Amino acid sequence: MAPSHDTPMATPLADRHVALGARMVEFAGWMMPLQYTGILEEHRAVRSRAGIFDLSHMGEIFIEGPQAAVGLGRSLTSDPGSLKVGRAQYSMVCFPDGGVLDDLIVYRLGDERFMIVANASNSAAVSDALAVRTGGLKLVLDDRSLATALVAVQGPRAASILAPLTDVDLTTLRYYAIAEGQVAGVPALVARTGYTGEDGFEIFVEVASAGRVWDAVMAAGKTAGAVPVGLGARDTLRLEAGMPLYGNELGPDSTPFEAGLGRVVAFAKEGDFVGRAALAKAAEEPRKRLVGLKVRGRGIARHGYEVFRGERRTGKVTSGTLSPTLGDPIAMAYVTPSDAEPGTIVDVAIREQRVPAEVVALPFYRRPA
Amino acid sequence: MVPQDLRYTKEHEWVRVEGDMATVGITDYAAEQLGDIVFVELPEIGRSIAQAAAVGVIESVKAVSDLFAPIGGEVVESNSELSGEPELINSDPYGRGWMLRVKVANPTEVGNLLDAAAYEALISEA
Repeated sequence: MAPSHDTPMATPLADRHVALGARMVEFAGWMMPLQYTGILEEHRAVRSRAGIFDLSHMGEIFIEGPQAAVGLGRSLTSDPGSLKVGRAQYSMVCFPDGGVLDDLIVYRLGDERFMIVANASNSAAVSDALAVRTGGLKLVLDDRSLATALVAVQGPRAASILAPLTDVDLTTLRYYAIAEGQVAGVPALVARTGYTGEDGFEIFVEVASAGRVWDAVMAAGKTAGAVPVGLGARDTLRLEAGMPLYGNELGPDSTPFEAGLGRVVAFAKEGDFVGRAALAKAAEEPRKRLVGLKVRGRGIARHGYEVFRGERRTGKVTSGTLSPTLGDPIAMAYVTPSDAEPGTIVDVAIREQRVPAEVVALPFYRRPA
Repeated sequence: MVPQDLRYTKEHEWVRVEGDMATVGITDYAAEQLGDIVFVELPEIGRSIAQAAAVGVIESVKAVSDLFAPIGGEVVESNSELSGEPELINSDPYGRGWMLRVKVANPTEVGNLLDAAAYEALISEA
């Protein structure tokens, strides 16, 4: 169980961010870089070249033992037991009533060894839930969140930047795969996963090695035009890519089906899992639906702004920004299921004005093939 | 160091008064706090504005901020470049990023504003 802290925690790379001129903000109990040169510039760098991210605030929980797959099958909505070694899947931990406790990625490192990467804000809650749900099973839970650093490289040039630094063969590392090896001479897990909609890698190392890996990636990235990227651009990138943020699109009051993510619920898997009965009902009876919105007026539709269909209130914006790639304001919102058809015109209350927006299918951006 | 010939508000607006005309914008400090500015809503030409009233909106990727009138009077011009290039406020807040020109109603209101030294003291404490 992670200790609670009153003052925010520093990642092992904090001094480097400050030296790079980052504006630091508190996020989920950590001091994190919000931006270095600016959100728009950092966002565009990731889309056209590469960005380097410190994600050491994320949670890393290892599950090991003969019943590791069984335990995860009971605890998560998906079926990690169906993963081949070296593969990963997006998944969720749900409450018994079908609400979402966290969204996460589970990686299979061995027949009896898995790693879960949880949101920083939920990693203690995920650890606790796993402990309760896997009680009595032959497995060990090892929450290494505070011992693990995470450096991500994302963008079209990410592979060419990372390849010379690692013995992992990136040409055979597929999307949603993970391999153990070395990066910059230190032991690392290299995963081809990310939260930007670009090709990219997430590099997990011991905290003591974080500086060495960051410095090596930054140096290798220099000629390719890679830049450090903060949480501000991380948010605009994932929003363009149609990816949910826990606390905005996902939470205890939303089911995976309402968020359009029913694919994480593997009803056909063996054995019961927490939330099964409620989720079966939720699949049939969504109370709301998550949609994309393209704002057809001036102004950003922000989290919490109300959405109307004519005079009738239909829902609320969950996330919104100006899309640096599209040049227009975009948002995600929950609306009444009957208003969720792409092409539907709704109005967002932006301060005192009603600004029209068009419902569109997600994502807003797909990287070129 | 902020421009020494301007006056400032606690809300980080600057104003240049020349006779009975005032040019208004926001400071470099404010622009930096906001981050990349993407939209600006300015009051219409002819509108009467009162000192310290919220008269417009400055929107950045991360935040929305009110624009407060540093001085009262009639809006005679607003910077039309800002609708296509709001980022001028970030790159040149005291120059091409100017926002409004106001015909000053009551010149004694300038006495309510901070001079450069007082504004610098304010932001260094922040």
